[in-house]
Amino acid sequence: MSFERFEELAGLVPNEIVTHSLVQDVALPGGAGTLALITLDNGKDHTKPTTLGPNTLIEFGRTLEGLKERSSRGEIAAVAITGKPYFLVAGADLSTVKSLKAEKHGRAMAELGHAAYDLLGSLGVPSFAFINGVALGGGLEIALAADYRTVSTGANGLGLPEAFIGLVPGWGGVYRLPRLVGPASAVKVMIENPLSNNRMLDGSAAYGIGIADALFEPADFLEQSLAWAARVVAGDPATVQAVEARRAGFTAYSDADWDAAAAAGRAFIQARTGNAAPAPSRVLDLFEAGKTLTREQSAEAECIALAELMQTPEFHATVYAFLELVQKRAKRPAGAPDAKLARPVTKVGVVGAGLMASQLVLLFARQLKVPVVLTDIDQARVDKGVAYVHAEVDKLLGKKKLSQDAANRTKALVSGSVSKEAFADADFVIEAVFEEMGVKKQVFAEVEAVVSPECILATNTSSLSVTDMATDLAHPERVVGFHFFNPVAAMPLLEIVRAPKTDDAVLATAFALAKQLKKNAVLVQDAPAFVVNRILGRMFGEITKVFDEGTDAETADNALRPMGLPMTPFRLLALVGLPVGQHVQESLHAAFGDRFHVSANQQKLIDAGIKGLWVRDESGRETVPESTLALMERGSSPSSSEEILRRTQDALADEIGRMLDEGVVAAPEDIDLCVIMGAGWPMHLGGITPYLDRTGASERVRGRTFR
Amino acid sequence: MSQPAATTPARAAARSVRDVVFVDGVRTPFGKAGDKGIYAGMRADDLVVKCIRDLLRRNPSLPPERIDDVAIAATTQTGDQGLTIGRTAALLAGLPRTVPGFAIDRMCAGALTAVTTTASGIAFGAYDVAIAGGVEHMGNHPMGEGADPNPRFLSERLVDPAALNMGNTAENLHDRFPAITKDRTDAYAVRSQAKLAAAYAENRIQPDLVPVAGRKPGEGWTLHSVDEPPRPGTTVEDLAQLRTPFRPHGRVTAGNAAGLNDGATAALLASADSAAELGLPVRMLLVAYAFAGVEPEVMGIGPVPATEKALRQAGLGIEDIGLFEINEAFAVQVLSFLDHFGIADDDPRVNRYGGAIAVGHPLASSGVRLMTQLARQFEEDPSVRYGMTTMCIGLGMGATVIWENPHHADYGQDAA
Repeated sequence: MSFERFEELAGLVPNEIVTHSLVQDVALPGGAGTLALITLDNGKDHTKPTTLGPNTLIEFGRTLEGLKERSSRGEIAAVAITGKPYFLVAGADLSTVKSLKAEKHGRAMAELGHAAYDLLGSLGVPSFAFINGVALGGGLEIALAADYRTVSTGANGLGLPEAFIGLVPGWGGVYRLPRLVGPASAVKVMIENPLSNNRMLDGSAAYGIGIADALFEPADFLEQSLAWAARVVAGDPATVQAVEARRAGFTAYSDADWDAAAAAGRAFIQARTGNAAPAPSRVLDLFEAGKTLTREQSAEAECIALAELMQTPEFHATVYAFLELVQKRAKRPAGAPDAKLARPVTKVGVVGAGLMASQLVLLFARQLKVPVVLTDIDQARVDKGVAYVHAEVDKLLGKKKLSQDAANRTKALVSGSVSKEAFADADFVIEAVFEEMGVKKQVFAEVEAVVSPECILATNTSSLSVTDMATDLAHPERVVGFHFFNPVAAMPLLEIVRAPKTDDAVLATAFALAKQLKKNAVLVQDAPAFVVNRILGRMFGEITKVFDEGTDAETADNALRPMGLPMTPFRLLALVGLPVGQHVQESLHAAFGDRFHVSANQQKLIDAGIKGLWVRDESGRETVPESTLALMERGSSPSSSEEILRRTQDALADEIGRMLDEGVVAAPEDIDLCVIMGAGWPMHLGGITPYLDRTGASERVRGRTFR
Repeated sequence: MSQPAATTPARAAARSVRDVVFVDGVRTPFGKAGDKGIYAGMRADDLVVKCIRDLLRRNPSLPPERIDDVAIAATTQTGDQGLTIGRTAALLAGLPRTVPGFAIDRMCAGALTAVTTTASGIAFGAYDVAIAGGVEHMGNHPMGEGADPNPRFLSERLVDPAALNMGNTAENLHDRFPAITKDRTDAYAVRSQAKLAAAYAENRIQPDLVPVAGRKPGEGWTLHSVDEPPRPGTTVEDLAQLRTPFRPHGRVTAGNAAGLNDGATAALLASADSAAELGLPVRMLLVAYAFAGVEPEVMGIGPVPATEKALRQAGLGIEDIGLFEINEAFAVQVLSFLDHFGIADDDPRVNRYGGAIAVGHPLASSGVRLMTQLARQFEEDPSVRYGMTTMCIGLGMGATVIWENPHHADYGQDAA
């Protein structure tokens, strides 16, 4: 029948884990007739989400065709779709979609979704989706294609994340969603949420914006959904009127609202991504066109967009970053020793009471729930550090992120002392004192004099040698680098630094701690500035260098816009703090020489107490003040944007190549993971190495690609 | 509780016993225990939760925080029937955390005892409103699972070990009452099946069933909205073919006994005052209840002394009882009761909707099923003033509860 033309496509995916369409006839309560209930189920437990590949969609489509026939014979009064526990259906099988090399196959995949989903609107009986759990992308689009939807308050992970993945909600979602929830909410779901760390909706939120017509609790979600469906099928006036009234409320929009939503979406994309990746704007193109198109016309445009986007490097890089890195490698760090070697950590010491140290205290106390003691050289600093932590706990309490009991517990776990004797029974002591080798070595020597021989000594250094720090200790094997990123609570990366003498139990404990702290750990060798700061340093060097050579700030700072980085280099430097940036740059220069440009002009700004190049004037425009420019001596050989971008790409390829040659990390995947987690670099770059490969930088510099 | 603050020391206060009413009762459809049963792979506590939630939906005028206790019975209190199931079920059902709960066990009369226990609390003034119910997932918990009978039962001949097997006790009852023949029990069983089928056809069972969604590997979700055990159309000829598993050439078969089943029940009880205050319906008024012990070897006779005791307390005679809901663990046990009180095998007052032989008997849940059905029969038949729920209990006990019909013309006036 109509799905035969997709058999070739299905044949390309012989190993698809098929999500079956299991049909059961249910006698609706109240004599409302027979409802054919489809359960989408891959036969695996909840750790294996149900996904949509060609074989799955063909089975689903053919099942609906069969039900359409039964409907025409008057055998059924309704059709409903639900899923195995925790999932309606998670979404398209991204690995499969990524594997479709030919555009015609991508096109076929796009058409297959429409062919199957569109049946839900032409069964001859009402169709329902009972959204019991995760419904993302193509999963949610099934529900949107049904006539009615219920959702569970226990459902999590609802959304249309295609713009984040590098696609469009092109199985009808982009057309149907605004017609259910109104254009503003649709743009929120299709653009704002995906581009905000891929935020998703829960069941209550989905109901709240009108994605679903009814909301039920998980304890008897399916029973209540069926009872509700029975009332709809029977035409129960109260139920039907409630649905109509709700829908009317959500869809009371004008053409102008639609245009405004599109404009807001475009502004959001520009602000968040600089339009560096094609998918988000493509979503809005379809959304805007969809205002006046028929569903069939929109479907054609959706299929074209999907087929094209499936071929883009941004989509492929995102799938790599998402599936290979974030979902897999981040959870199983390469090179981590056997977790069984890890020792328990029942008390933590933090040396220092500055801002970084205080953030660490808060993190350890909240996540490990063990006593955390901080020390500093005088009582005033100690008190300030403890007070900071208490104030942060109160903020969390105020935001209801912590209960009163948990807040009491966390505060009680935190104490301060001016004596390192307080570390005597600690299992893990981390220092976050001034970045100077002499100071750090002295701190470690003092701590070692107090603690047990097994107590781990960790350093949060960002640029000093962990090996050197351990040299003079009685037990150098207990030293490990534990490099967090600022702000500690928000940045997911933790670089765990193995020095040559660090033993496996210490390293295993460090990885176990990282997991408890809910950080993604990457194992790095003891090399100057480790991974993220070294890569950022090389980038900063290139941009400050062209600026010093005479390129204007506007051109220099915006040259990397095509990469879609979260922040321009000068703005990021200002955020980090010019003195900190300069310090890292100097240590990199000391280690590696002129590859890392140290800007004399930047030092002049620091000396003058200037916090950053860009200053917002009264009109709100950011400029570099004349007074700042007057401080600096710059050359007269400006570079073009294109030259700067290419130079930076080459510099990054060079530096990353060296890092891999030196064995700083195990593989390019770790570099990519580090820049995604530690610097927020976008998934559509695949971190960075897929981008350097496709732009030719790796070939130009190394004569070969990274991957 | 919404009691006014006591103005005198409680022990000195003149305490009056309060009337207790049965507000509502529901149950899951009953399933056959075992891998092929509708509830295979499901949890017992989930079945209870669905009943509790349905009770609340059916009685929207009851603020959940007004529930003072949740008593849930189970015979085997481990695994999904363990962990103080009344409390866990309350939490899982989404009742406020201020609502407590407990577990209760009197084997087959678990739910019945949950009702009488909470009813006593209401009468005493400790509760205004309570939920009482029971569950048995005999697929998850085969009868006697984990039991460790004291060896003294054997060594001191306290109880014949054979009496721990209920089928044996039913055969023993045949021995004691030779007039109860296999032909009579089979004929009784056939009528039970027929009466249940008729009750289903007249939609008398369905209104109090809570549909339960279930899912089996490879089959997808479905909705269980009717009982699985019934075999409508069963004939005496069919039953004559069945083997007698407890004795060669015995009389007790799978056809004239209740099966092994999964299911849950729950009922809502309140003081008469609270029911009025909260706008809750009064379906039955509790008149009296009694438990009695008998020889464990003939546990099926237990309802007889329990009933005599309850009638005595109520000041009623057996002739005052217009409707009987007697649990059909075994047909022989029902007939021994009927013979004792001189009631005909096919008396229309007895088990109008059929009984456990047809619908099933998930041990600790059954008591509330009897009450829910009696409440519906009261509505249908205002001419009846008093009704009785009674059941036999393993290890030699009987339980009887007498109820008054609020639809009767003389309701509220003292019995003559």
